[in-house]
Amino acid sequence: MKGYGEIILDHWRRPRNKGRLPAPDREAVEANALCGDVVRMQLELEGTRVSAAMFDGQGCAISQAAASLLTERIKGKPVGQLAQLADQEMLSALGELTSTRSSCALLALWALRQALKEDQ
Amino acid sequence: MDVHAVRRDFPILGRQQGDNPLVYLDSAATSHKPTAVIEAMAAFYRRSNANVHRALYELAAEATEMYEGARAKVAGLLGASAEEIVFVRGTTEALNLAAYTLGEARVQAGDSIVVTEMEHHANLVPWQQAARRQGARLQAVPITEGGELDFASYERVLSSGAKVVALTHASNLLGTINPVPELSDIAHRAGAVVVVDAAQTVPHMPVSVSELGADMLAFSGHKMLGPTGIGVLWARHELLEELPPYMTGGEMISEVHLDGATWARPPRRFEAGTPPFAQAVGLGAAVDYLSQLGLRDVRAHDVGLVQRMLEGLSCRPYISVYGPLDPSARAGLVSFNLRGVHPHDVATLLDQEGVAIRAGHHCAQPLVRRLGVAATCRASCYVYNTGGEVETLLSALDEAWRILR
Repeated sequence: MKGYGEIILDHWRRPRNKGRLPAPDREAVEANALCGDVVRMQLELEGTRVSAAMFDGQGCAISQAAASLLTERIKGKPVGQLAQLADQEMLSALGELTSTRSSCALLALWALRQALKEDQ
Repeated sequence: MDVHAVRRDFPILGRQQGDNPLVYLDSAATSHKPTAVIEAMAAFYRRSNANVHRALYELAAEATEMYEGARAKVAGLLGASAEEIVFVRGTTEALNLAAYTLGEARVQAGDSIVVTEMEHHANLVPWQQAARRQGARLQAVPITEGGELDFASYERVLSSGAKVVALTHASNLLGTINPVPELSDIAHRAGAVVVVDAAQTVPHMPVSVSELGADMLAFSGHKMLGPTGIGVLWARHELLEELPPYMTGGEMISEVHLDGATWARPPRRFEAGTPPFAQAVGLGAAVDYLSQLGLRDVRAHDVGLVQRMLEGLSCRPYISVYGPLDPSARAGLVSFNLRGVHPHDVATLLDQEGVAIRAGHHCAQPLVRRLGVAATCRASCYVYNTGGEVETLLSALDEAWRILR
């Protein structure tokens, strides 16, 4: 079904890396006040690389699936590279999306950027 | 009422949504327009357009007559007199006007303004601001678990006096119809002026201002088959006479000097600037259209559809319905949620089937918070909706549940 491709439904039904890290090095929460979506992103770093990433939150299927997918994508990546991650990459990774829902799809990415900004 | 004949009057209903016919269940947000309204406005622009109330030439006199004719039609609909009808941009402006002018004229420091927990932001925030300006206290009457106004609390709050009671005739989220005649009596005994948000009722049922017993009533043209950019504030004439202007400028004055001005009599005192006269003509055509259908029949049609919605939604164990379960106690709308699913996901999935519903906080955040949810889905109906469309909604919900659960 348009707007809810297999990728989104898969991550919505079986979220990856959902929960809290015991001792995160970086962390940020982003919320969309209009619809109540909340995403917390937590990162553990080893040197300049992300060694673990977890998310927690509540909200619509798209915001939560995007957060799940993002945790998978950033694990093992250098922090410098993640700061370059563009909106369009996030959107295309989720497959077909209706334009009315892109703010849901980008919430986790905003949280990631916020987390990376800290202590820089 | 022959709904299939009615549907032929609404050109937009011929439109496809993807591969599906449009199933429009969002009339509580805005209604569609019949050809009669679209043509009345087009004809006005083609043949009669001129600025009103400056009638030194024939064309302007004709435009003025049409504008004032629309006022008379609206007055007739409500059982009011034309001098009690103020044209504004919509319900929001009407309520801001009411809050500002009543605040100035009637509310002093330490006084009380009463609202309810089920108000649309448009009938809450202007009163918060008025209370702030005047140094008054704002009190909100809570709702019951069943989604009705807590009558005992209302009586208790009013027993200590109030200057204004602002309440909705029907909740745009719960659908609950408030017993305004009884509530007005209680308010009047306490010395309060009663302001009613009738955005969800005037379009959908017979509303007579004398039976309602309130002092002010606000509604929008675009929710009642008319155009955007026009709404109505009705108020008892002696109250309008007492109130200061809200916006000032041209049209609303009696005499202007460099150091001051005097005001025109109502309703013109409250219609500063060039009014939305083409929109008024459209609203007049909408009033004619609704009157021809008969508002009793419009109401009966709504109740029938809401009953079908309530029955269909209530028998699905994965759905929670908010508000009264008696269709005759509600306006033509139903709010609901699918267990564990965000309403925005439901609305997006339904859109794929051509079904348009609203999802969100419906400009009633305190009420949504009171219900303990982030948002709700809302389906609302009007004269052009059919029982078949309600069935389409229900099966689309089953499909959304199958996908997202």
